[in-house]
Amino acid sequence: MLQKVDDTAPLLTVNNIEVIYNHVILVLKGVSLSVPRGGIVAILGANGAGKTTTLKAISNLLRAERGEVTKGSITFEGDEIQNLSPSELVKRGCIQVMEGRHCFGHLTIEENLMTGAFTRTDGRTAINRDLEKVYTYFPRLKERRKSQAGYTSGGEQQMCAIGRALMSRPTTILLDEPSMGLAPQLVEEIFEIVRNLNAQEGVTFLLAEQNTNIALRYATYGYILESGRVVMDGDAKELRENEDVKEFYLGIAGEGRKSFRDVKHYKRRKRWLA
Amino acid sequence: MSPDFLNFIETFLNGLMAGVMYSLVALGFVLIFKASGIFNFAQGVMALFAALTLVGFQTGQVPFAHLIRAIFGVEILHWGAGMPTILALILTMGVMVALAFLIERLVLKHLVNQAPIILFMATIGLAWFLEGLGDLMWGADIKPMDVGLPSGGSFWWEDLTATWAAQGSDYYGMYIDTLDVSAAIIAVALVVALSLFSQYTATGRALRAVADDHQAALSVGISLRRIWVIVWSLAGFVALVAGILWGAKSGVQFSLSLIALKALPVLILGGFTSIPGAIVGGLIIGVGEKLAEAYIGPLVGGAIENWFAYMLALAFLLFRPQGLYGEKIIERI
Ligand SMILES: Nc1ncnc2c1ncn2[C@@H]1O[C@H](COP(=O)(O)OP(=O)(O)OP(=O)(O)O)[C@@H](O)[C@H]1O
Ligand SMILES: [Mg+2]
Repeated sequence: MLQKVDDTAPLLTVNNIEVIYNHVILVLKGVSLSVPRGGIVAILGANGAGKTTTLKAISNLLRAERGEVTKGSITFEGDEIQNLSPSELVKRGCIQVMEGRHCFGHLTIEENLMTGAFTRTDGRTAINRDLEKVYTYFPRLKERRKSQAGYTSGGEQQMCAIGRALMSRPTTILLDEPSMGLAPQLVEEIFEIVRNLNAQEGVTFLLAEQNTNIALRYATYGYILESGRVVMDGDAKELRENEDVKEFYLGIAGEGRKSFRDVKHYKRRKRWLA
Repeated sequence: MSPDFLNFIETFLNGLMAGVMYSLVALGFVLIFKASGIFNFAQGVMALFAALTLVGFQTGQVPFAHLIRAIFGVEILHWGAGMPTILALILTMGVMVALAFLIERLVLKHLVNQAPIILFMATIGLAWFLEGLGDLMWGADIKPMDVGLPSGGSFWWEDLTATWAAQGSDYYGMYIDTLDVSAAIIAVALVVALSLFSQYTATGRALRAVADDHQAALSVGISLRRIWVIVWSLAGFVALVAGILWGAKSGVQFSLSLIALKALPVLILGGFTSIPGAIVGGLIIGVGEKLAEAYIGPLVGGAIENWFAYMLALAFLLFRPQGLYGEKIIERI
């Protein structure tokens, strides 16, 4: 019997997970989030909040870093995925673009892109078609296709990393800190492409960002992480307007809002939310 | 040309031929080191094991014959007249792939994310194990290896070079072993095939990707475990070729596994991650050894060949620790 896919059910859910590194370092202390099909969801938070750890828990790259999900569960398209290898997840359409891009430095840009198609079995013509598509989204990569990735600029490497992920024909991209170390204009360019991919290719994004400002402009929904806990979540628009978020993450101090009382108010709120 | 100069050329050529062997063994090391960061101490023993297996198949030996006799009391050492070389080669390669598979399953899989020294220790264990297994399967006696490669001095080359000497000088031509020449040709073919494979196939690309950044490789869905099986199989193939060539020259015996010790200075010279480095390093050491033996040897009483490689490696460690070709680290912000 054919089962009808429930379009309203979230594509990806993380249910109250705990992550421990090296058997001792507790980093995530019960994180829950859900990503709707076709959404752009942002995980926000300062250095060390646990954003990367959350993404790696989903893509299961955690194990290679001696990290482990010790509690909770993660589902993708309705199936529990904690025990799937990264390679199996990529085959199912969930791929991570790692923080710091991690291009293969000695491979050319085009070879980098082609490694993204490693798990595919649908033949050379389909792969070449997707390569051309990636080049239309990132015309700059086409210009640099024969250059060794190690010698391209940071922006080009970020594009290469995203393009490489696209070559696996993903439904979901876990995008970690795409703005890292890039000039504001380039950051804008990259997010613009993310939005296009979302709108035109239907790719769902879960992205981790320290740059709250830009992330909330492009995302539909946001989670704010602090010391391994979600302290706040809501529609991007709501979060953008929230006074605490403004003050602590957007760096916009409202008139006279920097007072000690407000900070205390925030802390109390934070504890309560946690 | 003067006979002295011709002698120099002869020594040089013989050095190159010897160097080819070193290059081959070093190549096996580099393949595994690049893909997994493991220094595979067992590479030399793998060459021995491959050669033993090949000869065993070729001559129709029954594997574990002594063990079978000890346990069941039946004496079956041979099961017939042996088999054609080509079939034996294919079967041996099958054994090497199976070995790669088992090594991944039983050893590497359980040691991922461990410190390099632990993996190194594991390969030492592996070396001992394989040595024992080789003995147990095929017996410990020295066996001749004959895969149909030509051998013996080349008269053609001797006659040709004899005419190069100046008129009237006392020169009878150069000696070059045809076995060495075929070894060199086979080695070149192997290296060319390997580089075509790594350059133009999806698997080759994945191998290079893993060598560059294994985390990123994991993230795009490349299965490291599969890659390990592939590189260990490739290293097994290289070991088989090295085992054949070396075995054809000096018989298949335990000392074959010691060529690994000669590969170490080659690696220090060439860098642990560079395939061209392994090749050039091997040639330099081969040539250096022979020249040193011929020209410095008489001054110090000979036997330079045994330690020259290590001296050279030591000098390199002091002055150029990354090796000749130590992979250029691309650093960009
Ligand atoms: N492999 C590891 N072993 C031990 N601790 C780790 C490891 N990786 C991360 N941590 C710790 O886990 C915490 C969360 O790290 P994580 O990288 O997830 O933060 P992040 O929110 O992505 O930070 P950033 O914005 O700096 O990327 C940090 O305190 C970090 O020190
Ligand atoms: Mg991070």
